[in-house]
Amino acid sequence: MNTASKTPARRFSLQAVVDAAEPVIEWLIRLCGWSSILFVFSIFVFILIIASNAFGKLDWREFFFSTEWQPDSVVQPHYGTLALFVGTLSVTVLAMAIAAPLGLGAAVFISEFCGSKVKETLKVLVELSAAIPSVVWGFVGYMVIAPLIIRYTGASTGINLLNAGIILGLMSAPIIVSMSEDALKAVPDSYREAAVSLGASRWEIVHRVLFPAAKNGLLAAVLLGVGRAIGETMAVLMCSGHAVNIPHSLLDPVRTLTATIASELGESPAGEMHYWVLFTIGLELFALTFLVNVIADVVVKGVRSERS
Amino acid sequence: MNAVSDRANKQAGLLLGQRPAAAFAGQSESHSPASPATAGERVSDDAGEAKSTAAVENPFSPSPLERRKNRRERIAQWLLGYSAFMLVAPVLAILTYLVIKAWPVLGISFLLENPQKFMTAGGVWAPLVGTFFLVAISLLLAAPIGILGGVYLNEYAGNNWATRAVALGVTNLAGVPSIVHGLFGVAAFVALTGRPSVLAASCTLAVMSLPVIITSTREALSSVPMAFREACWNMGATRWQTIRTIVLPNSVGGILTGVIFEVTRAAGETAPILYTGALLFKRVPDHGWQSFFPYSLNDGCMALSMHLYTLATQVVGVSDQIQYGAAVVLIGLTLAVNSVSIGLRMYLRSRKKW
Repeated sequence: MNTASKTPARRFSLQAVVDAAEPVIEWLIRLCGWSSILFVFSIFVFILIIASNAFGKLDWREFFFSTEWQPDSVVQPHYGTLALFVGTLSVTVLAMAIAAPLGLGAAVFISEFCGSKVKETLKVLVELSAAIPSVVWGFVGYMVIAPLIIRYTGASTGINLLNAGIILGLMSAPIIVSMSEDALKAVPDSYREAAVSLGASRWEIVHRVLFPAAKNGLLAAVLLGVGRAIGETMAVLMCSGHAVNIPHSLLDPVRTLTATIASELGESPAGEMHYWVLFTIGLELFALTFLVNVIADVVVKGVRSERS
Repeated sequence: MNAVSDRANKQAGLLLGQRPAAAFAGQSESHSPASPATAGERVSDDAGEAKSTAAVENPFSPSPLERRKNRRERIAQWLLGYSAFMLVAPVLAILTYLVIKAWPVLGISFLLENPQKFMTAGGVWAPLVGTFFLVAISLLLAAPIGILGGVYLNEYAGNNWATRAVALGVTNLAGVPSIVHGLFGVAAFVALTGRPSVLAASCTLAVMSLPVIITSTREALSSVPMAFREACWNMGATRWQTIRTIVLPNSVGGILTGVIFEVTRAAGETAPILYTGALLFKRVPDHGWQSFFPYSLNDGCMALSMHLYTLATQVVGVSDQIQYGAAVVLIGLTLAVNSVSIGLRMYLRSRKKW
């Protein structure tokens, strides 16, 4: 790589070196391609290693079916995660009740009902709202939505299930929009043309042709939204109210699996039961999202094999 | 009962009015499934009158079927547009509100000053520097692996189970909850380097960024037409030569877009760095070159996202303005970088040659 490399002969040999390195580079590329699997696997293994310290001493029945979460109790610590699990579930369901209709509706509107200018604008706005960091969403819920909830519902606290659900719904809607827009785009135009030639209106095309044709893709989009909602941490940590209980109304504060890890990992010293149990919860979360993602993938794959 | 038959009559009349030719041919009901069966019998009473008036007035007035269709169309359009609006409007409203609340403190000095008096005064310089280092290092680590991974998926991988496994791996890595990435960082990188540090946090962020970079690279590569590759192969080039000289140069814009987008995501993440390197507070020199390079890789650092979380929930007595200011700086940073990415993509699309 010195001045000599400017002469033709030298450049030629450099070329030769680059070409000779091709097998090495190809192996490097292969390795990088497999890296994602490697990392998913190592995430699982590393967390499992630390969590496994707790496996012998943990009462699994209590872990899954008890609502008592008292990890710091000196006398008799309890590690029941049922309330946390129900918290995650309720927040996710509420978020999806908001995000799925809005997201699907917006995707259909963007893909079928509006002109190209409106379409571009909406797509850019959706993309930008997907880029807003989760901690900012959490901040908005904490500072803006919470006082509104107190004012309009008379709840004693504004950071509760409803707040977390709204924030999480707004957060996970963009991903549903972009995924389901892709799914609608994947329906061949010939389907639309056939429907138009039969005299169908746009809504009839959407309702009778696109929904059946793209239903797996749309379902997968919602599932990815679910996966995102389950795994969301900072926004839920700041908006959900952080009380370990099974919610009975929309205005009850809840606590989720993710928020528990985020808030308690710093307080629990490494090498103790509490720390290990938090990693076990991490493992549970990993398994949950893995399951949701695999189901989404299988759902989409179904569509592919049908078409081909 | 009277009202019902009345309506049926009107309906029949309208139908006939709409299709005069069909009515004259004596098959008025045969191809309009929407009309009720009873209407058909009463047609004979009023048909003559309806024909003569409605047909003359407007032979093209819509049938009930078409009216219902149009009404549904309008309702659907309105509802769908409303849902798109409901998605975008709160975001815009919130952004505006944040900027308005933060307006008094926003300024160049807010960016360049360090947090002071237990973070209740001053600006966001130290967190800003920390975020910059975290993002830069994570990108340095993730971009090469991610881009080569995308190359593998698009150029090398065949249509088989192995490719499917890799693609599923990418999806799953993208779907791993951010706090679980944080746990992984604690278990792997912090354990390796001994303590929470810039390096450990950057590695965690890098693992998290990987799937996004892989996906966007793959998309950018797949938009290069197959004919380009075939032409190159026909000249006797190997696969790697083709990629190096044809595929990558033609997709560099798309790849760049994806990488830039990843910057915004890495800058905004909090959960993964919470326990792997981000600190509540760290002093950074106020002046001189040291304020730009205050850390060694083994130190912890402040980060903007973490700073916002701290201000909002951990520190007592922070004025609203400073909190909103930190939020606006973080959003402004991500949106500005993101707009660059979107603008770049539009520019590239506009001058695309194929």
